[in-house]
Amino acid sequence: MTGTLNPAGEHPAEIPEYPMARAAGCPFDPPPALHAMQEEGPLAKVRLWDGSTPWIVTRYAEQRALLADPRISVDVTRPGYPSPTPIRGSSPISFILMDDPEHARLRRMVTAPFAIKRVEALRPAVQKITDDLIDTMLAGPKPVDLVEAFALPVPSLVICALLGVPYADHDFFQENSKTIIKRSATPEQRSAALGRLAGYLNDLLDEKLANPGDDMLSQLTERIKTGELSREGAAQMGVLLLIAGHETTANMIALGTLALLENPGQLALLRDADDPKLVSSAVEELLRYLHITHNGRRWVALEDIEIDGQVIRAGDGLIVANDIGNRDPGAFPDPDRLDIRRDARHHVAFGFGVHQCLGQPLARMELQVVYSTLYRRIPTLRLATDLDQVPFKHDGSVYGVYELPVTW
Amino acid sequence: MKVTIDQDRCVASGQCVVAAAEVFDQRDEDGVAVLLNPDPPAEQAADVRHAAVVCPALAIHIEE
Repeated sequence: MTGTLNPAGEHPAEIPEYPMARAAGCPFDPPPALHAMQEEGPLAKVRLWDGSTPWIVTRYAEQRALLADPRISVDVTRPGYPSPTPIRGSSPISFILMDDPEHARLRRMVTAPFAIKRVEALRPAVQKITDDLIDTMLAGPKPVDLVEAFALPVPSLVICALLGVPYADHDFFQENSKTIIKRSATPEQRSAALGRLAGYLNDLLDEKLANPGDDMLSQLTERIKTGELSREGAAQMGVLLLIAGHETTANMIALGTLALLENPGQLALLRDADDPKLVSSAVEELLRYLHITHNGRRWVALEDIEIDGQVIRAGDGLIVANDIGNRDPGAFPDPDRLDIRRDARHHVAFGFGVHQCLGQPLARMELQVVYSTLYRRIPTLRLATDLDQVPFKHDGSVYGVYELPVTW
Repeated sequence: MKVTIDQDRCVASGQCVVAAAEVFDQRDEDGVAVLLNPDPPAEQAADVRHAAVVCPALAIHIEE
């Protein structure tokens, strides 16, 4: 009887738990256990909180191939889906947890504002937001928490303007966003936070229906009127855009700044070169190197899929760990070195396939503005505490720092 | 070099425009890619190849 063996033929006790811990003193690097798995091969098994043992895909080439494969599904209600938390099948956050064709239909309703030219047109406004926040920081007391004073307000102000959400409500939506993306939040806490945000967006949609403005929520009300989008669907989409629009970029700003402060040679290169190409290259490299979405991208196979001589069976869960994919020496030579001059544009920090991040042009532009402004305006910027005192978001589904005390 | 794009597959990531703005653009209504030049000159070939590599939907096809 082989009842103690899983389909890969390993003893269950040998299957490591996922997510894994990062090494002490290496806050920018993926967990060493992921490195070890990647060296072994592109595919392995991990054990989740519920005892299930989905596949994990660790190498870059196989990750890209799978993420572009239509035989995988993001539908959390399918048996075998490797859910990151005990919440299943309720409160889906719009199209990120739907498959095509419905995913594509909904996504295309909100792609226009993220087109490259539309995003470029916002650059002067983002520059002004950035400069104003730096002015305020410089005029205030120090040390200051860079997260609260700068990293969170920049993308929050931008996404609020784009969506038509009053920034004055930022405490409310930032608190609830935080709960939703916290690994340690209970299902009840997460569901309540989602409910509060959906209610908030629903009220805003009422206002936009009555008084439409030049913003994305007003554009969604047009889709409600034509029957293309349900009221609930529009509110869910609003929640998705609001959370995704500020949490990820905020973490990249703060964690990116910390990574540069810990790599002063790289910081000096970026600060001293007045070269938009180097700035954009630095953004791609920091996206690759830091890869903040460290919970893995989660799927379930719809059909049997063969990878590297192994067969992923229909119904098997799949975790595509793009954080370790971005450290694959097969795709990025000397992958554990931060090198803002390398060509990292093919990284998978935004994922790959049809679910790749919708807001990536906006995120890139915001990071280009921030990274090319902050360190030039405050050339003596430095950490106001020890690195080992910085509270990292080990318990978040998006990695970063809770606080970053800085001075100058 | 002959370039074609599959607009049904396109997910409007805009990465082709970032890689090769002379060859790709986006539709105003939904950001879906538009081909400006199906026969780009040799000096743009590397950028176009890169656009095909980073296209998340694998919607760009190149015949060399």
